[in-house]
Amino acid sequence: MPEMNIDHVAHLARIELTDAEKQKIAAQLKDILAYVEKLNQLDVTGVEPTAHATPLHNVLRPDEAKPSGIDREQFLRNAPEHARDLFIMPKIVE
Amino acid sequence: MSYEAVIGLEVHVQLKTQSKIFCSCATEFGAEPNTNVCPVCLGYPGVMPVMNAEAVRKTILTGLLIGCEIARFSKWDRKNYYYPDMPKNYQISQYDLPLCTGGKVPVPGKTIGVTRIHLEEDVAKNTHFDTNSGVDFNRAGTPLMEIVSEPDMRTPDDAFAYLTALKEMLVTAGVSDCDMEKGQLRCDCNVSVRPVGQKEFGEKIEIKNMNTISGVRRALAYEIERQTVALQRGEKLQQETRRWDDEAGKTSVMRTKEYAHDYRYFPEPDLMPVTVDDAMLAEIRKLIPELPEAKRQRFIQQYGLPEYDAGVLVADAAVAKFYDEAAGQSKNPKAISNWVMTELLPKFGESKITPAQLAELVALIEGGQISGKIGKEVFAEMFATGKAPAVIVKEKGLVQVSDTGAIEAFADQAIAGNAKSVADFKAGNKAALNALVGQVMKLSKGKANPKLVSEILTRKLG
Amino acid sequence: MSLHALTIHELRRKLHTGEVSARQVTQSVLDRIAAVDSKVKGYLWLNAADALAQADAIDRSGAARNGKALAGVPVAIKDVINVAGQPCTCASKILQGYVSPYDAFVTKRLREAGAVLLGRTNMDEFAMGSSTENSSWGTTRNPWDLERIPGGSSGGSAAVVAADEAIAALGSDTGGSIRQPASLCGCVGLKPTYGLVSRFGLVAFASSLDQIGPFTKDVTDAAILLNVIAGHDAQDSTSVPRAVPDYTAVLGKDIKGLRIGLPKEYFIPGMDREVEACVRAAVAALAKRGAEIVEVSLPHTEYAVAVYYLIATAEASANLARFDGVRYGLRVRGEDVIDTYGKTRGQGFGPEVKRRIMLGTYALSAGYYDAYYVRAQKVRTLIRRDFEAAFKKCDVIATPTSPEVAFKAGEKSGDPLKMYLSDIFTISCNLAGNCGISVPCGFVRGLPVGLQILGDAFAEEKVLQVARAYEQVTNWYKERPRI
Repeated sequence: MPEMNIDHVAHLARIELTDAEKQKIAAQLKDILAYVEKLNQLDVTGVEPTAHATPLHNVLRPDEAKPSGIDREQFLRNAPEHARDLFIMPKIVE
Repeated sequence: MSYEAVIGLEVHVQLKTQSKIFCSCATEFGAEPNTNVCPVCLGYPGVMPVMNAEAVRKTILTGLLIGCEIARFSKWDRKNYYYPDMPKNYQISQYDLPLCTGGKVPVPGKTIGVTRIHLEEDVAKNTHFDTNSGVDFNRAGTPLMEIVSEPDMRTPDDAFAYLTALKEMLVTAGVSDCDMEKGQLRCDCNVSVRPVGQKEFGEKIEIKNMNTISGVRRALAYEIERQTVALQRGEKLQQETRRWDDEAGKTSVMRTKEYAHDYRYFPEPDLMPVTVDDAMLAEIRKLIPELPEAKRQRFIQQYGLPEYDAGVLVADAAVAKFYDEAAGQSKNPKAISNWVMTELLPKFGESKITPAQLAELVALIEGGQISGKIGKEVFAEMFATGKAPAVIVKEKGLVQVSDTGAIEAFADQAIAGNAKSVADFKAGNKAALNALVGQVMKLSKGKANPKLVSEILTRKLG
Repeated sequence: MSLHALTIHELRRKLHTGEVSARQVTQSVLDRIAAVDSKVKGYLWLNAADALAQADAIDRSGAARNGKALAGVPVAIKDVINVAGQPCTCASKILQGYVSPYDAFVTKRLREAGAVLLGRTNMDEFAMGSSTENSSWGTTRNPWDLERIPGGSSGGSAAVVAADEAIAALGSDTGGSIRQPASLCGCVGLKPTYGLVSRFGLVAFASSLDQIGPFTKDVTDAAILLNVIAGHDAQDSTSVPRAVPDYTAVLGKDIKGLRIGLPKEYFIPGMDREVEACVRAAVAALAKRGAEIVEVSLPHTEYAVAVYYLIATAEASANLARFDGVRYGLRVRGEDVIDTYGKTRGQGFGPEVKRRIMLGTYALSAGYYDAYYVRAQKVRTLIRRDFEAAFKKCDVIATPTSPEVAFKAGEKSGDPLKMYLSDIFTISCNLAGNCGISVPCGFVRGLPVGLQILGDAFAEEKVLQVARAYEQVTNWYKERPRI
């Protein structure tokens, strides 16, 4: 079983963890990953993966525009910070 | 040592739809910030996407235009990355089963291969202020098609020609307006340089977010030169992403390879796959417009036009359509072409003439009912009033005189009054007859049938 | 008997004839909440004035007299389903301050049916857990023993129905989150077939597994509530367009000759012997009513927990990415955007949610995707096939809902894997996309035990028919806790 790079995964998930959390989670995930190793006991050659629990396809909607009926103020009120009708974030450095 | 560039382009095109890809918000450019938004395109908790049928159709249509293979089974995937312009922090895109694969875009002298075309959602727009940034989600969720080319281009001109051809094709087919100022067509360029003769590609440099076609040409020219000089100096290039500063005319580093993304693609559980059957393909195939080059070829073949005429006519889609309809109803498509090119083209938009009327006018001239000269008079009237040529001819009494008695009288008059021309003709100067014909036409006020006139004059002088 | 102790169908008769008003019913339930919820702690949010205003509007409209399905019936909603104008925190700090601007599909259906939307019930944060201990706002208590957990993740919904603090409730079930707490609290909980009830407005945990379903005091009420919430919704692409029957029509129908399968893999060593005895007694009661008992096999059962934890966490890692402090909820400001994301999510999510996002992120990351995620999806196919084969031999499958009765708060919280394994009997149903119900079938040491009846996809009628037949020969479902 590969060793998990906890810092890398936390960065991918954008979750800042304390050192104590990192240690605890790393140990717990190690147990869980050891447990899921049991899937390797099975031969899954030729088995199609299941991504959806229903066999639907071509679920499409007609191209018609209509307003949501919810005004902007309601959305902006939910935002931690807004100004000039925009959602405000700390400066994005590209 | 001489070097050559290898260029591949990733083109993002906003599809021309009424509503966004996964919700019913309007896809309108320039609206007040955050007004064309709803819980779905804002990535609210609990919402679900539903695929816009028109977005799928327009992507498949593009695939057909480019000669792609259309996937019979296609699906959507989540592409995970965090950025404030991405409301869900994953983009719904297509990973391993895009709607279209393979294809070719012809440009003068070669064809550029297309690897794949997939459908995804556009992101929001960030505005940067002094101390913070603001996000407007109006654009988020606009249907976005990504067209990935093969690394088949070698020069900035190749890239320019490819983008121009692509744009023309998409606009003609109504897939997108491709208005680059509105960001409807954007492009990432992959460019590397290698010694001529070397098979392997050099280190790939990506130039992100180009939004003019001429900018792409300039950026590539700059970048190829930069890389070539570096290689000549013996420097080693490394894979990186750069941005183009149009004003400075330079590219600069955005990020290097260490920042490579891990997008963690997996199948989108909230969208069902699309299957494409023959009926659906046939339906979409009906939407394929004839592309200019194909139309030019057809005009040459079907109507026997010279290449020059065909080229002039297809340059404007509306003119080509007018010509096509008129020529289809005429026994003399070349005459139609002459009328369209010389008389109609300069002020096409003001004309009230229908294609059927122009065909009728040509028929009147061909049939000898009116002369070519009278024809121009009738044309001017048609142009201004939209009346049918037969009506104008009748109203103005312009029917051509084919009565031999009347023409003979005019001929006698002309012979009597032009002794010099008569003498010249009899002395063997055949051209002198033209002056006499002109005289008869003048006497008949242009209504005499010119063919009959020359016959009668020749007989009388013979 | 007090109004709050009645079922939907009992109240409906009284409301229909005008014997009682929606206001009286609502007031009775509110009084009950005031009396016991400080102990049970089932509700996260309640607006008594608003609930009474809704009841008054229903009384004025005459909806009850006109026979609207839920007119004047107070219903509680798990804090994971959007109701316009109400909070929806998913029991997470990260959604603190969020006010929903829209109704979920099921919320709309409840409103149209005349239900009084009482308030929001506690849960494990983002529906991740089996005990409601993972709520950021405190643990709900089992009404049968306040020292114990009510199960989870829909523990609040189960507890308030069991404690008569709501006539019925909605919950969500991703791996057993309706059936397991229903079992542990002694009420009825139904997980519908994937695609039968629209997920639009349900905050997603694992999109390919989540379903909304009812908590009720008996099987008849479950059928009534399912009638209201089932049906196609164009806003949910996974919603199946098919005609919805009247689920109450099958109730009371004879089960003679119906084949009930007992999967040998579900009666395992290590499970509570007394729980097993209750379930076996229930099966015997069904046999006595004429059902035929057959042994079936679901051979891949032992892999279900592993498959579930890979698929559910992978989907969750993406579903929960939107909680970033830009558009709503908590923001913990950092130096720049990335730092703000990290701090917001690091402080906004609780330990279990963080653990699962980490696991899901890892399972999808470059190099591990095929080994973990794709393999799990393939084994999911094998689990589906197990059920397909089993349902050729039987009409429904009977199992224990949970291998044990309610445990004490704190007893398992140190060991996530042990907690995960307690979902062993409920998880496969979600992986296969089938339906299942849990009904009370006895008590062990004074704590309720649940009988799980599993059906094939869209076999809710059979499941309800068998569940109701069981109710007709026992009185377990009538037992109420003394708080």
